[in-house]
Amino acid sequence: MYKADMLVAQDDLKATITKLKDEEGYNLLLDITAIDYLAYKDKQQSRFALIYILRDNTFKKSITIKTFLNDNRLEIDSLTDLYYAADWAERETFDQYGIKFLGHHNLKRVLNHHQFVGHPLRKDYIITQGQVCTETEGLMDEMTPLMASKGYSKEEVDEMMLLNIGPSHPASHGTIRNFIALEGETIKGCVTEIGYLHRGFEKSCENHTYNQIIPYTDRLNYCSAILNNIGFSKTVEDMLDIQITDRAKFIRVIIGELSRITDHLVCNAANMVDMGGLTNFWYLFAPRDKAYDLFSKLTGARLTNSYTRIGGLEYDLYDGFDHDLEDVLKDVEQAIDDALSLVAHNKIFQDRTQNVGVISKEFAISAGITGPNLRATGIDYDMRKTNPYYYYDNFDFDVVVGSYGDVYDRIMCRFEEMVQSIRIIRQAMKQLPGGPINIDKPSIILPDKKDVYGNIEGLMNQFKLVMDGVKVPEGEYYSATEAGNGELGFYIVSDGSGTPYKVKCRPPSYYSLGAYPRIVEETMLADAVITMASMNFIAGEFDR
Amino acid sequence: MGLGVESVFGDSVVTTKLDKAVNWARSYSLWPMAFGTACCGIEFMSVAASKHDISRFGAEVVRFSPRQADLMIVAGTISYKQAPVLKKIYDQMCEPKWVISMGACASSGGFYDNYTTLQGIDEIIPVDEYVSGCPPRPEAVLDAIIAIQEKAQNDSIIKDRVRDFKGILDV
Repeated sequence: MYKADMLVAQDDLKATITKLKDEEGYNLLLDITAIDYLAYKDKQQSRFALIYILRDNTFKKSITIKTFLNDNRLEIDSLTDLYYAADWAERETFDQYGIKFLGHHNLKRVLNHHQFVGHPLRKDYIITQGQVCTETEGLMDEMTPLMASKGYSKEEVDEMMLLNIGPSHPASHGTIRNFIALEGETIKGCVTEIGYLHRGFEKSCENHTYNQIIPYTDRLNYCSAILNNIGFSKTVEDMLDIQITDRAKFIRVIIGELSRITDHLVCNAANMVDMGGLTNFWYLFAPRDKAYDLFSKLTGARLTNSYTRIGGLEYDLYDGFDHDLEDVLKDVEQAIDDALSLVAHNKIFQDRTQNVGVISKEFAISAGITGPNLRATGIDYDMRKTNPYYYYDNFDFDVVVGSYGDVYDRIMCRFEEMVQSIRIIRQAMKQLPGGPINIDKPSIILPDKKDVYGNIEGLMNQFKLVMDGVKVPEGEYYSATEAGNGELGFYIVSDGSGTPYKVKCRPPSYYSLGAYPRIVEETMLADAVITMASMNFIAGEFDR
Repeated sequence: MGLGVESVFGDSVVTTKLDKAVNWARSYSLWPMAFGTACCGIEFMSVAASKHDISRFGAEVVRFSPRQADLMIVAGTISYKQAPVLKKIYDQMCEPKWVISMGACASSGGFYDNYTTLQGIDEIIPVDEYVSGCPPRPEAVLDAIIAIQEKAQNDSIIKDRVRDFKGILDV
C-alpha cells in the first residue's frame, strides 16, 4: 500500500521541512494540498491532513510529507519564508479546504471568487452548489500593503497610475488579471488574480471513475492534451502496479512528443503576435493545424483527444500513420526554419527580448518554476532525463538549457525543444515494437465487443468496469511526468473503489504564474506583456 | 437602431432599400469580439488561422475592444467569477450586436456540472447561436457565423432591437 513518505506531528512540520531543505537539499516545493477524511471508509486520526510534496536539488528524489491536523486547530505555520512557491500553494489550500496558515502575509482566496462562502473541496460541500458572483474584486486590499512594503505612502499610491490588464485582454492569453501600479511606464507593483477559469477539476474527479477523469485531464493544458492524459494514466497505472505494453509506451512517447510540439508552437506563435510579428503566427500555425488533422484521424478529436486509457490506449496507430506523421514533422521543421529566419538575426526582435523578463536560477527554484521556463535559466531539470519513464533514457536527445533566463532564452528553448522532440519521435518510430496496445487484464481493460456479445464473462466484465470503474488499491501516491510546461504531477488518494477519493493536480503553470508578479516588477509595461506570453500560462492548467 | 440617415429620406420606400444595403454591409463585415477563455479559444485561433480563414466570411477583424465589435464569440467555460466580466463587456458593445456561444461549456456548462461553472451563458446574456462540440470544429463556428449573417439580413434600421432579456445578474 502506497503511503506518504513521512508522517510528522502538526507542530513539527515546519522544523522538519526546514531540516529537509537545509540538510538534504529539498529546495523545490512542488505542491501543498489537504485531504478531508470526513467521508473516508476508515476513521482516521483526525478529519484533515496536509500533504507537502518536495523535490531535492538533484531532481531525482521527491518526498511527500503528511501531517494530521487537530480538529480544533485547523492551522499550521506558513512556509512562505522558506519557499516562494508556498505563497500561492497555501492560499489554494486555504481557499479549497479552509485551513489557516499562520504567518502568511496575504491569506485570501485564490481560485474561488471573493463572495464565495464555504470551502468547496470539503467533503460536505455539495458539488453542484454554485454561488453567483455579482461583481469583480477591487484588489486594493492587496495593492495597498504591497506598495506600503515598498515604501510608498497611501498618497503616493493615489498619485500613481493603477491599471487593470485582464481578465479579458488580448495579451493575457486567457483569463489572467493583472492589477499594476505604474510610474511612467515602469511597473512598480503587480497583483495577479486568477480563478476566472476555475472549473472544479479536483471536485469533479472525486465524482467520476478513473477512466471518466481522462477527458477532464484533456482540458487542463489544452494545448497538449495528450501529455496530461499520459501523466494521469501513468499515476493510476503506478498505483495499480502494472506495466503497460511496450507498444503502448512507444506510442505514448510519439504522440506525447507531438503534443509537446503543438504546445510550443502555440506558445511561440502567440508570443510573437504580441511582439507584432503576425507572419510568424501564420507560419507556425499551419503545421499545427496539420498536426491536429493527424490527431483527429488517430483519436477522433483535434484538441481534446482523451487518447489514453488506464492500462493502454484507445486506438492503435492507423495504416499510413508513419507517412502522415513524417509529413507533419517535415512541415514543423520547415515552419521552425521559416520563423527563425525572420527573427533569429533580427535586431528588433533581439532588442525586444534579450534581458527582458529575466528569471534568476535561485528565484526559479524557490518559486517552483519547472519545464522550459526553468531550463531557460540554465538549470537542466527535465524529468525525461532525471526520472526517465517509457524508455526515455534510451532515446538520444538533448536537454535544452538557456543561459540568462530572459524572454529570448525561453523562446529559443522552445524552438530547440521542438527539434529535440522531432528527434525522439523519429527514433521511436524506427524502434516501434509490435504487439497489443492494451494489457491483458479484464479488471482494467474493457473486453472486445465480440466477447461482450458472445459470452457471459465478457458481458460481466464490461458491466463491472462501466458501472464500478477500475478498482485502484487503497493508498496515496504522487507521480509526475514532463508535460509541456514542466513537472505535471498527480497526487491521488484511493480508498480502494473505482472512484478516486481525492485527486490533486500539480500544475506547472500555477507556480510560474505565482512568480510572475515579482518577475515583472521594475520592468516596462510592454515587456510585461511579452514576458507573460513567453512563460506560456495556460488558464485551464493553473485554474483547473 | 437608427443611423440618422432615415430622417433625410423620410419614411418613403427608400428605407427598405436602405435596409437592404445596410444589412448587406453589416452581415459581410461582422467584427467579432473574441471572448476566449479556454480550450475553445485555442480552436477559435484555428478558425482565424490560414486553413479555415474566417476572412472568407468578412469577419476577420477581431477586436478585443467591445466598443468596436458587433459579434461576440464566447469561446470557453464561463465561471461564476467570470460572469460579471462577461456581462460588462456585453453591455459595452453597441447595437446591433449578436452573440455566438461556442462549445458545450458556454452553451450549457458542458460536463462541468459543479460549484464554480455557470450552467450556460444564456443565464447572463442573450445568445443568438449555439455551437455544439467540445471544442467545436472550426467549420462549425463558420457555420454559426453564416447563420448570424442570415439573421442580420432581416434587421431594419428604423426599428429598435427590443431586448426583453433578463439574466441572473440583471437587477
